[in-house]
Amino acid sequence: MEEQIEQFTFDFYKETAHIDAGSGDQLKLTLGEFAGPLDLLLFLIKQEQANIFDIPISRIAGEYLRYIRLMKEMDIAIAADFIVMAATLIEIKSKMLLPREIAAEDGEDIDDPRKELVDRLLEYEKFKAAAEMLYERTTIEQAVFTRGPIESDENNAEINATVFDLLSVFQKILSRHTEEVMMEIHREEISLADMLKTLRKRIFDESELDLARFFDEMHNKRELVTAFMAVLEIVRTESVKLVQRTTFGTIVLRKI
Amino acid sequence: MEVSSEIEKSRSAIELAAVIEALIFVSDEPITSRLLSEVISEDREIVETVLQALKIDYEKRDSGLQIREIAGGWQISTRTEYHDEVRQFLKTRPSAKLSLASLETLAVIAYKQPVTVPEILEIRGVQSVSAIKTLLEKRLIITKGHKETVGRPMQYGTSKDFLIQFGLKDINELPSIEDFADLVS
Repeated sequence: MEEQIEQFTFDFYKETAHIDAGSGDQLKLTLGEFAGPLDLLLFLIKQEQANIFDIPISRIAGEYLRYIRLMKEMDIAIAADFIVMAATLIEIKSKMLLPREIAAEDGEDIDDPRKELVDRLLEYEKFKAAAEMLYERTTIEQAVFTRGPIESDENNAEINATVFDLLSVFQKILSRHTEEVMMEIHREEISLADMLKTLRKRIFDESELDLARFFDEMHNKRELVTAFMAVLEIVRTESVKLVQRTTFGTIVLRKI
Repeated sequence: MEVSSEIEKSRSAIELAAVIEALIFVSDEPITSRLLSEVISEDREIVETVLQALKIDYEKRDSGLQIREIAGGWQISTRTEYHDEVRQFLKTRPSAKLSLASLETLAVIAYKQPVTVPEILEIRGVQSVSAIKTLLEKRLIITKGHKETVGRPMQYGTSKDFLIQFGLKDINELPSIEDFADLVS
């Protein structure tokens, strides 16, 4: 029981991932979570003791790919974002190979291909530190208790409603509203009883009705189906019969 | 009638502190000084002064309780020093903490609000959809309408529950994000 609960708690300092470079190619991996590719990249830069403003891109890219491969081997699902970062690193690496000095001599001011990545890393690092601050705050707040619930809390249930509650209620009302609209449209459609009435009147007025012509008058598929059902119904129940004078000729409804 | 209103007006500071203390105690969420002043028909300024005095009073006598300003209101709670004993009595454990991904997403939302999912992705470099779902479920964030840009993405911001759970008076009490840059370098 105790172990189960432990699983859900998360320690910012103990459970962030580690890779301890062992002897040779052996990597010792402490399982944890990297919050994303930037997190992994920062970790690798720190591990290599590299300067963030002058990242040894070839070495870091190599390490990054090695880690991705390791994750694959261990059957850890790799998020697409990690792959995108791998591609970015390779792109930067290839750009670094271009002779930049020559371009600069031509008077063009070419940016360091690593600049954008460095900016992103610096920005991300701030928020990672902010996340750590939030973690500390919530740890402190969990040691603070307010009084136990009293009867009046329950009676004032509406005070507990948040915008989120209101929103879900509003969405329910909205969805109910759309259902109603759909039903109204449904009611406007001609019913089988109405169709029968129309059909009967036509046959008795005209004494003979060309079926193809009658079906042509229908506006949509639903009306057509209703009309067809009305024809079947009227033949079955009333003194009306279907007549076809020639093979493949027109079919007419005739009063008996 | 006149006599009773005279008594009302001549309530001493001690009596005022006592009634305010009682009201903070029974409120199940932080109570604002505005609501307090309405209930006891006193000027808000007077209420604020009494609140500050109460707070100092609790601190002075090393109470096991504290009165503090949180999420725009006032609340009475235990002091952190006694969490072991309180937890033992209540038979509770620290509740499940947010994952690293959720904490990061929350940090971005707290500092950049109102902020959209693509903007969070830009900073974190990773999809944050499930983290956002968790934060919405825990009511730490709320939706803040659509951004009038291509695709009209939903914007998110922190909630009152966020302030309460992280012990903040208001969102401005968070340290500036630029301070973290100094810390990092």
